[in-house]
Amino acid sequence: MAFKDLPNDSIAKTIIVAVALCLICSIFVSASAVFLKPMQEKNKLLDKQKNIVQVAGIDTSGRTIAEAFEQIEARVVDLQTGEFADQVDAKTYDHRKATKDPQQSEKLTPDQDIAGIKRRERYATIYLTRDAQGEIEKLILPVRGYGLWSTLWGFLALEGDGNTVVGLSFFEHAETPGLGGEVDNPAWKAQWEGKQVYDDEGEVELALVKGGVDSSTPNAEHKVDALSGATLTSNGVSHLVKFWMGEQGFGPFLRNLHKG
Amino acid sequence: MDNAKQIVTEPVFDNNPIALQVLGICSALAVTSNMNTAVIMCLALTAVTTFSNFFISLIRNHIPSNIRIIVQMTIIASLVIVVDQVLKAYAYDVSKQLSVFVGLIITNCIVMGRAEAFAMKNPPVPSLLDGFGNGLGYSVILLFVGFIRELFGAGTLFGVEILPLAKDGGWYVANGMLLLPPSAFFIIGLFIWAVRTWKPAQVEKPDYQIHAVHRTEVI
Repeated sequence: MAFKDLPNDSIAKTIIVAVALCLICSIFVSASAVFLKPMQEKNKLLDKQKNIVQVAGIDTSGRTIAEAFEQIEARVVDLQTGEFADQVDAKTYDHRKATKDPQQSEKLTPDQDIAGIKRRERYATIYLTRDAQGEIEKLILPVRGYGLWSTLWGFLALEGDGNTVVGLSFFEHAETPGLGGEVDNPAWKAQWEGKQVYDDEGEVELALVKGGVDSSTPNAEHKVDALSGATLTSNGVSHLVKFWMGEQGFGPFLRNLHKG
Repeated sequence: MDNAKQIVTEPVFDNNPIALQVLGICSALAVTSNMNTAVIMCLALTAVTTFSNFFISLIRNHIPSNIRIIVQMTIIASLVIVVDQVLKAYAYDVSKQLSVFVGLIITNCIVMGRAEAFAMKNPPVPSLLDGFGNGLGYSVILLFVGFIRELFGAGTLFGVEILPLAKDGGWYVANGMLLLPPSAFFIIGLFIWAVRTWKPAQVEKPDYQIHAVHRTEVI
């Protein structure tokens, strides 16, 4: 029996239509994904640069993001020793890939892994700006950690003292829009400026707290108001700050930098 | 051609998918806090309903009726993925702001509703026009709501300052409620009221009459 003679509701026709439709649709979808990929990658890179420039508070008026990004220096840090690892070229090193590569990262034990990231890479790409004397002015450190639905990828920018926060910004996450997604809210992000990461003993104190923070709050310099309606995302942000500023993260590097 | 014109223009005011049929409200609340996202969302939804109607209509005589919904969904979902990919490539910032709402076009009742109600029964070209007309009807409301919300909520249009805000030294005190999703409910409600006053034919008959209570009936 020819295809056109088959009744529409016969099993054969149902299967033929379903399979043909799926094939055509999948070709259509994958073709669009493949052809548009280069553009999307470019946008992603630009978005990341924009995030770095913004989190460092660099003035971009009258310049493109790419131009502003040129004054930022990319360096690679060895997270085990806390030293600059100049044998690794920051231009070619793929930090994102290393976070998953078993050769370049180590599994974390559950009590180390407070940020829920499973593996920590050995080398991290950081960004820094220098003042007129060539001293480090700002450090822009990559951070990541699990929120409610997704890993939040972002940057924490610190002053040259390695303690005062300049800003925190996430360039990739999939938290609930309007709740956890408020990590992108400029008003919330603005609260981070000027906060202190470490207390006098050198422990990481900076965390999100419920109920609001004003100048009368005790230890206000270590506290940021949590996001309302997004407890798990807020916890995720607290944990990732604690992790990346601690011993497994950039703690040793910041100490070395401070010593000289 | 009169017929074609009617198919396109009818859904704009006479049979508006949001104002009369009250479909697709969820995304109308979410993406109208500024004009940029509203415009992109309108384009995305119009493209999806237009083409989904067209393709569904093309194969309407071969769709087995017991899998027709899933066939429609497959076509709609494929179109939405393509639209999402295009936005990521050419309008990255807006696509980040729209986040899940582009993906949620798949479940937008207008798209499904037109596919099932019109495209399954009509030839491809009228279906295409019907999809386009309904996209326009959705867009009219979205742009109207977006215009009010952004202008009076943030003092800007497309991010350009129109009303100088008091906090930046201007005279306008922004109405913060307009930036929150519930305000879209009020604006859409007022819009529906306005349209039904203008075109009383759209007013629904009450489901029941309130019965006047007489003193003798009170126990």
